[in-house]
Amino acid sequence: MMRPVVLRGGRIIDPSQGLDCVGDVVLIDGKIEHAGAAVGSPDGAEIVECGGSIVSPGFIDVHCHLREPGREDVETIATGARAAAAGGFTAVCAMPNTDPVTDNQAAVGFIVRQGLVAQAARVYPIGAISLRQRGEALAEVGEMVAAGAVAISDDGKPVASAHLMRTALEYARTFGIPVVDHCEEPTLAAAGAMNEGVVSARLGLRGIPSEAEEIMVIRDILLSRRTGGHVHLAHMSTRGSVELIRWGKERGIAVTAEVCPHHLSLTEDAVEGYATNAKMNPPLRTGEDVRALGEALRDGTIDVVATDHAPHHYDEKEREFADAPNGIVGLETALAVVVTTMVVPGHLDYATLIDRMSVAPARIFHLPGGSLARGRPGDVTVFDPSREWVVDPSQFRSKGRNTPYAGRRLRGRAVCTVVGGRVVHHIGA
Amino acid sequence: MTSALGKDLLGIEPLSADQIRLILDTAEPFKEISERTIKKVPALRGSTIVNLFFEPSTRTRVSFEFAEKRLSADTVNVAASGSSVSKGETLVDTARNLEAMRIDMVVIRHGASGAAQFLAERIESNVINAGDGTHEHPTQGLLDLLTLRDRFGRLDGLRVCIVGDVLHSRVARSNIWGLQKMGADVAVCGPRSLLPNAVGEFGVTVFDRVEAAIEWAQALNVLRLQLERMTAGYIPSLREYNRVFGITRERLAQADHELLILHPGPMNRGVEIDSDVADGPCSVILDQVTNGVAVRMAVLYLLAGGKPELAEAAKLAPGGDR
Repeated sequence: MMRPVVLRGGRIIDPSQGLDCVGDVVLIDGKIEHAGAAVGSPDGAEIVECGGSIVSPGFIDVHCHLREPGREDVETIATGARAAAAGGFTAVCAMPNTDPVTDNQAAVGFIVRQGLVAQAARVYPIGAISLRQRGEALAEVGEMVAAGAVAISDDGKPVASAHLMRTALEYARTFGIPVVDHCEEPTLAAAGAMNEGVVSARLGLRGIPSEAEEIMVIRDILLSRRTGGHVHLAHMSTRGSVELIRWGKERGIAVTAEVCPHHLSLTEDAVEGYATNAKMNPPLRTGEDVRALGEALRDGTIDVVATDHAPHHYDEKEREFADAPNGIVGLETALAVVVTTMVVPGHLDYATLIDRMSVAPARIFHLPGGSLARGRPGDVTVFDPSREWVVDPSQFRSKGRNTPYAGRRLRGRAVCTVVGGRVVHHIGA
Repeated sequence: MTSALGKDLLGIEPLSADQIRLILDTAEPFKEISERTIKKVPALRGSTIVNLFFEPSTRTRVSFEFAEKRLSADTVNVAASGSSVSKGETLVDTARNLEAMRIDMVVIRHGASGAAQFLAERIESNVINAGDGTHEHPTQGLLDLLTLRDRFGRLDGLRVCIVGDVLHSRVARSNIWGLQKMGADVAVCGPRSLLPNAVGEFGVTVFDRVEAAIEWAQALNVLRLQLERMTAGYIPSLREYNRVFGITRERLAQADHELLILHPGPMNRGVEIDSDVADGPCSVILDQVTNGVAVRMAVLYLLAGGKPELAEAAKLAPGGDR
């Protein structure tokens, strides 16, 4: 018998059922028992005072890199799942570009097991589209789904072959999972280190034009139209991509998309001085792109916020810009970056933020959670929207320290994360 | 000790017009030293300078070495083979090891843009960028400015066109920023596939046809065309490049005025420039090489905290010893 949990006196916002009220959330036996007006506490319940905070269905990150197996020195599933919980995520989807690649049922099963052992945020594996992510032969998708994979992706590598993408979309339909694509036309993006524009021209860095992404965005949308398969476009970074997705959605094509907090908050200017913690792929773009992505998140053209959490070792980032690896950590800053750059200036309200970080990810990836309705899994995020804090990477639960937000004062912080009715993260007032 | 240039010389983009003028003015008295029988002054006696070259270079390295020796510095050349990505010591470890040997300055040439800044941020010694990737080559830009100023007596209002592979050229960037800060009108000319896509935001005029550039310009700075650009598919052939963009006597003869011809070297004769132009009366290519030593002496002297007004006095002092 689990001890009941009562999240008391917070502002409950659950867009899945149009709920926005002050009250209590009661969790019994790992499930939602009640969410709404204040009620009495069950005997022996653990009480979490939530006054001043927002109580929301648990956040779900559909895109992160937990590095295990292969690079346990930079992250493990356990450290990643704890970092996720600390950032308010009750579930994360782990990308398959591990070593070895997560491209078979045994590898998927290993990630499921490590996730259960971690006892923090839930970890859902994403399987590879192609064997060893080589872009050639399709991986055994059916067996991976049976073992627990919730999507397939060759993330980190573009699916260069249009034929492979088409086949993956058709094949994945059988199992009702999305195909997640990292949109990058490889010949245009070759050896690129940042956005192609005046900053790259000045710094003498090889640029990646927006078209490298957009060409693949429209290819995938057209292939989705042809096949009826669900394509989910990872980490969108350009205004042009937004326009193409809008075009696809207007025609009823099964396309969904995500945006990362860094693409909503930073521009290519962050690279000035050859800052390797501003190096990621897709790269930081222009102010115009940032504005278009924010608007697309607000109006739903872009469905979800995802972190693309990508820990790297300190030494790997401490080098010449062109040689440094792509990516930044994001699990512990995502909520605050979105609150600070989107909600505080009035571009997004909390109900929409919660939709994009919880309800929509659950719906698109067919995951449990994403709702506080009675009987649903007891996955709840409590965050204080007005709490200010300064990002100190040395305090991260993640092993990764590679963030462009170090020293930045942000607003909004997860104070309590509940997974399956168990409090896995709680910080005092 | 903070010099008039700050700790490092990483590029021309961060310099002010006054700082550029100071370097050029300081170079003037140093020119004469190289004309003496005993080509040496004691200005940097006791200083230790490492020339850290991660890319092969003869001209720039020798020019720096002469500049250092004529100022009586103790110098060590380190030719680090291979690129930074090859297995071995990282740039930051190399830097820390040099620092631990208590050196005063590092002159670095590296294939990665930003490498000089990376080093400068991690060691206390003065760092001079001798070319970083496709970013900047500030002493080359400064010696080009000095050569132009020698010939025209001014830089303000001068019309200079940079011809060739601007996309991959650190010389082009240093020239553009330097010339613009000194009030010159700058243009670029080359195949669009070898110009940055955002070149329009550099504040330069773009000429598609070299004939139009020649008609407009008072001086051409002709960039070296690397053979790799052809194999990488940026241009169809070196032969066609010469036919469309090559600086030839015939093309120059079409202009109603004489043009000064600069080239940072090493030249590909018969590709970007024809021999009769390179060796002709309007070429100042060897003056550039001579001025290179003087400009580098000026930069070393100023970064070491030398007083500009003492540069004159320094040259009068007795020759240094070793």
